[in-house]
Amino acid sequence: MSTRNEELKTDTLVRIRNLHFRRGQRTIFDGIDLDIPRGRITAILGPSGTGKTTLLRLIGAQLAPAQGTVEVDGKDVHRLPLRELYEVRKRVGMLFQSGALLTDLTLFENVAFPLREHTRLPESMLRSLVLMKLEMVGLRGARDLYPRELSGGMARRAALARAIALDPMMIMYDEPFSGQDPISMGVLVRLIKSLNDALGITSVLVSHDVAETCSIADYIYVLSGSKIVGHGTPQALLAAETPTVRQFMGGLPDGPVPFHFPGRGYLEDLLEDLPR
Amino acid sequence: MTNVLAALGRRSLVSLERLGRGSLFLLRVLASVPGLLRRPGLVVRQVWSTGVLSLLIIVISGAFVGLVLGLQGYNTLVTFGAEESLGLVVAKSLLRELGPVVAALLFAGRAGTALTAEIGFMKATEQLSAMEMMAVDPLRRIVAPRFLAAIIAMPLLAAIFTAVGVLGGWFCGVGLLGVDDGSFWSQMQAKVLLVEDVVNGVVIKGFVFGVVISWIAVFEGYDAVPTSEGVSAATTRTVVHSSLAVLGLDFVLTGLMFN
Repeated sequence: MSTRNEELKTDTLVRIRNLHFRRGQRTIFDGIDLDIPRGRITAILGPSGTGKTTLLRLIGAQLAPAQGTVEVDGKDVHRLPLRELYEVRKRVGMLFQSGALLTDLTLFENVAFPLREHTRLPESMLRSLVLMKLEMVGLRGARDLYPRELSGGMARRAALARAIALDPMMIMYDEPFSGQDPISMGVLVRLIKSLNDALGITSVLVSHDVAETCSIADYIYVLSGSKIVGHGTPQALLAAETPTVRQFMGGLPDGPVPFHFPGRGYLEDLLEDLPR
Repeated sequence: MTNVLAALGRRSLVSLERLGRGSLFLLRVLASVPGLLRRPGLVVRQVWSTGVLSLLIIVISGAFVGLVLGLQGYNTLVTFGAEESLGLVVAKSLLRELGPVVAALLFAGRAGTALTAEIGFMKATEQLSAMEMMAVDPLRRIVAPRFLAAIIAMPLLAAIFTAVGVLGGWFCGVGLLGVDDGSFWSQMQAKVLLVEDVVNGVVIKGFVFGVVISWIAVFEGYDAVPTSEGVSAATTRTVVHSSLAVLGLDFVLTGLMFN
C-alpha cells in the first residue's frame, strides 16, 4: 500500500515545460515549469493580473502558447487534433469565476447539459445522476431555479456540480473564493477538499486568497512577474525567505511587487500640465 | 493628406481582415450544419424563436404595405382607366420586390438583433467558453442551429408577408375603392408567373437575404467584444450591415433576374 502511495505521489497529471505566453506586447509567462500531481490539490497563488486564469486556459488549450508544452495525462494538448482535445476536455472540469451557468436553463438542466451532450443515458438514470451531483453541493432542492435566482455562492456551487457531472479526472478552479461571504467560502473550501478526498479528483486551484488556499492545498506555486517565484508545501512557503514570496504570503503592500503601476516619474507627470 | 490616406488604408485593412474572419467563420459554421441532421430539435426550437415569434410584426407590416400599395396603385391606375389591373400591380410588386425586401429588413431588426445580442451575451458571460471546456463546440451547439433556422425562416416569412400584402391590397382596392373583384384576381392569375415572379422573388431573394442576415447576425454576436458596449455595438452593426446588404443585393439580384 505504501509503495502505491509513493507511486501516486510521483505520478504527474499535468506537466508544463518552458511555457511562454504573450498578449500583445505584454509578456504574461516567461518560461514556466510546473507539475501537477495526480489526486492532489495543487494551488497556484499570485497577485491579480499575473495571468493565473490565463494559465488555466492554456492547460485547457483555449489559448495557445508562444512556446513550450503543456501535457495533460501524457498528451500535448496544443498539438492534439480537435477531436482528441475534446476527449481530454471531457475528463477535465473547469469552475469559472463567474460560474458561467447557461442562463436560459434551470439548475437541473445546467448540470444535465454535459450528460445530454456526451452520453445517451435514459432519462431516469440521467435524473438520478444529476440529483446526486446537486446533492453533493447541497442544491438538490434548488434544481428548478434559474441561475439569475441564485446568490453568487450558490451559482458557484451549481457550476461545480456541472463541472463534476462527467466524473472528471481533474477540476480546475478559477478563483473559487473571491467575492464569497465567509460562510460560502467555508462551504467551498470543504467541498473542494471533500471532492478531492472522496473522488480522488486532481484539483488545480488558482487564487489570491492565501489563508483559504493554504488550508487545503497540498502543494503551492507562487506566480509573480511572469515567472514562478517559489513553490513548496504551504508550511514551507509561509516560512520562506524569498522577498516576493514573503510579500505575497504576508500581504505586504509594497516590496518586490511594486505598489505603483509602472509609469513615468510622479513629479514629471504633475508638472506637465502647468502653464509655462 | 498622407494622414488621411493612411487612416483610409488602415480602415480598409481592418474591414478586409474582418471580412476574411467572417468568411472563415461562415465556412466553419457551414461545416457543422450537417451534424444538425442528428439533432433536428435544436433547429426546430430556433425556427420557433426566430421565425414564429417574428410572425406578428411580419403580418401586420404586410397588411399595411398591401393597403398602401392598393391605395397608391388605384390612384395611379384610375387615371388611365386601368384600375382592373390593380391585383396584378399589387401582386407583382410584392412578389418581386417589396415582399422579400421589407420582410428581410424587418427580420434583420426583429430576429437578427436578437441572435447577435444572445450570442454576444453568452460570450460576454463566458457561457461559450464554458461550453468549450465541457467539450461542446459552441459553433455546433449554439451558432449552427440559429444560422440554419434563420435561413429556413426568412423565405417563409417573405412568403407570408407577400400573401398578407396581397390580401391588404385586395381589401383596399376591392373592399374600399370598388375595383371589380373578378378582374382583380383574374388579371393576377393570368399574368403572375410561377418562376419569373414567385421563385425569383420570394423564394430566391428570400433565401439569399436569409443567408446574409443570419451570417451577419451570428458572426457579429460571436465576434463581439465581450462587454456591454461591445454587445450593443455588435447589435447595431447587425442592423446596419444587414439592411445595407439586403438593399444592395436586391439591386444586384433584380439586375440578374429581370433585365
